[in-house]
Amino acid sequence: MISFNQVCKRYPGGYEALKNVSFDIDEGEMVFLTGHSGAGKSTLLKLIAAIERPNSGSVLVSNQNVGALKGGALPYLRRNLGILFQDHKLLFDRSVFDNVLLPLQICGFDHRESSKRVRAALDKVGLLKREKTNPIALSGGEQQRLCIARAIVNRPSILLADEPTGNLDAAYVQEIMAIFKSFHQVGVTLLISTHDESVLQDSAIRRLVLKQGELQVAA
Amino acid sequence: MNQTLAQHTGVLRAVLRRMFASKAGGLLNILVIGITLSLPTAMYLLLQNTQTLIAQLSGAPQISLFLRMDVQSRDVEELRKSLEANAAVANIEFVSRDRALEQLSQSTELKSVIGTLEKNPLPDAFIITPTQADPQALTELRDTLAKITVVDQAQLDSAWAYKLEALLRFGRMGVLILASLLSLALIAVTFNTIRLQILTQRDEIEVSQLIGATDGFIRRPFLYFGALQGLFGGLLAWLIIIVSLSLLNRPLAELSQLYASKFVLHPLNLGDSLSLLFFSLYLGWLGAWLSVTRHLSNLSSR
Repeated sequence: MISFNQVCKRYPGGYEALKNVSFDIDEGEMVFLTGHSGAGKSTLLKLIAAIERPNSGSVLVSNQNVGALKGGALPYLRRNLGILFQDHKLLFDRSVFDNVLLPLQICGFDHRESSKRVRAALDKVGLLKREKTNPIALSGGEQQRLCIARAIVNRPSILLADEPTGNLDAAYVQEIMAIFKSFHQVGVTLLISTHDESVLQDSAIRRLVLKQGELQVAA
Repeated sequence: MNQTLAQHTGVLRAVLRRMFASKAGGLLNILVIGITLSLPTAMYLLLQNTQTLIAQLSGAPQISLFLRMDVQSRDVEELRKSLEANAAVANIEFVSRDRALEQLSQSTELKSVIGTLEKNPLPDAFIITPTQADPQALTELRDTLAKITVVDQAQLDSAWAYKLEALLRFGRMGVLILASLLSLALIAVTFNTIRLQILTQRDEIEVSQLIGATDGFIRRPFLYFGALQGLFGGLLAWLIIIVSLSLLNRPLAELSQLYASKFVLHPLNLGDSLSLLFFSLYLGWLGAWLSVTRHLSNLSSR
């Protein structure tokens, strides 16, 4: 589903974020991406969504070479991805409902169908009763769950999460991990970047460990 | 198809809501655009009305054909027939040399002088009203008529036509310059409005791009906003013109009555009104397009 082959990413100024990274993630797999801050976790996720492009090597998503995609094809790649951004990127000028509605508006769903889907997604993350609230009034954990609702409302086959449990209480972390596992069960491919030890205790889940841009453990 | 249409009307609704929700902002822009557009439109109307007025006052231009002194009445008849067959000639009037002398002696103090003449010095003449009034066509007709053998001289009273044409050309150029400048101003106003909107909606644009919005999706609301703002501005300009004319026409009617004439300012006809609306819509769209193209390329070049 996701395949990195000798990927290098250098930022302008010479900083090497990723060095010669290769790995494969199968369809329906759930994988943790770990490492210290600055190890290149965010960069790796950005390469999958073509927010950044690799300097060398190839990034394949569903057998598509993402690094070589033309600008016009990018939107259609991203519609197939659910992304949880590290900085949430919620819009505070609109309600919880409208935040989740945005991806469906972009894809051009009709009004009735999209309302149904938004409510289903909000129900899934337990925010159905808060649909008219402005996201600024939500707690950190609720905001993260809202991000999840927005990422999955479009029913993507791949979910990328950049530090989804950063700065959250243990109780919230368990909640969010439970949501991720339920997606895993219905066949969604998940790649979750984290340095949260409590999350990583779950030894049944494969890990990719990055250290200064290099992959340490590749199963 | 239906879905695409629903999407577009959805964008349109959202844009309208934004335009009228932003308190005075959106309306103020429309006011600026409306007043800006009403100026050149008013000048254009004035020009148009002047043209009809002058045409009314001075009547149609005429060409006088003076025939040779030795012309036979048979030749005159032939010439009359050929003139009647000429498509460029609307009307002809024959003035015989005797009648011309008669008129002259009646109307002027030359009576005593004319009485001393041994023979009539005046030639037979045709007075021709051409179908077309533009100076070039008149000159051409005059030249062809002058070549006829029995014609001694063809005289075109064209000075007034040239003067009028020159005056109108001057006026038209003035309107054109004013309209061009104000159009640029209008584009600039829209450009800046859209720039500010893009700035305030930076987050939304960024998020939309990250979750799969096409460029078209992101541009659409801004382009609609520009076009609609232009259209409403044009509509307001049209209203300003209509109201001003109805206000001006009453005192004007009183004034023209004093001169024993009937003159009213004619309003914009349907074609001109539609042109005004379409033009303002286009200018708004263009300003928005320039702004979106300029400012969105900055955003997406990440």
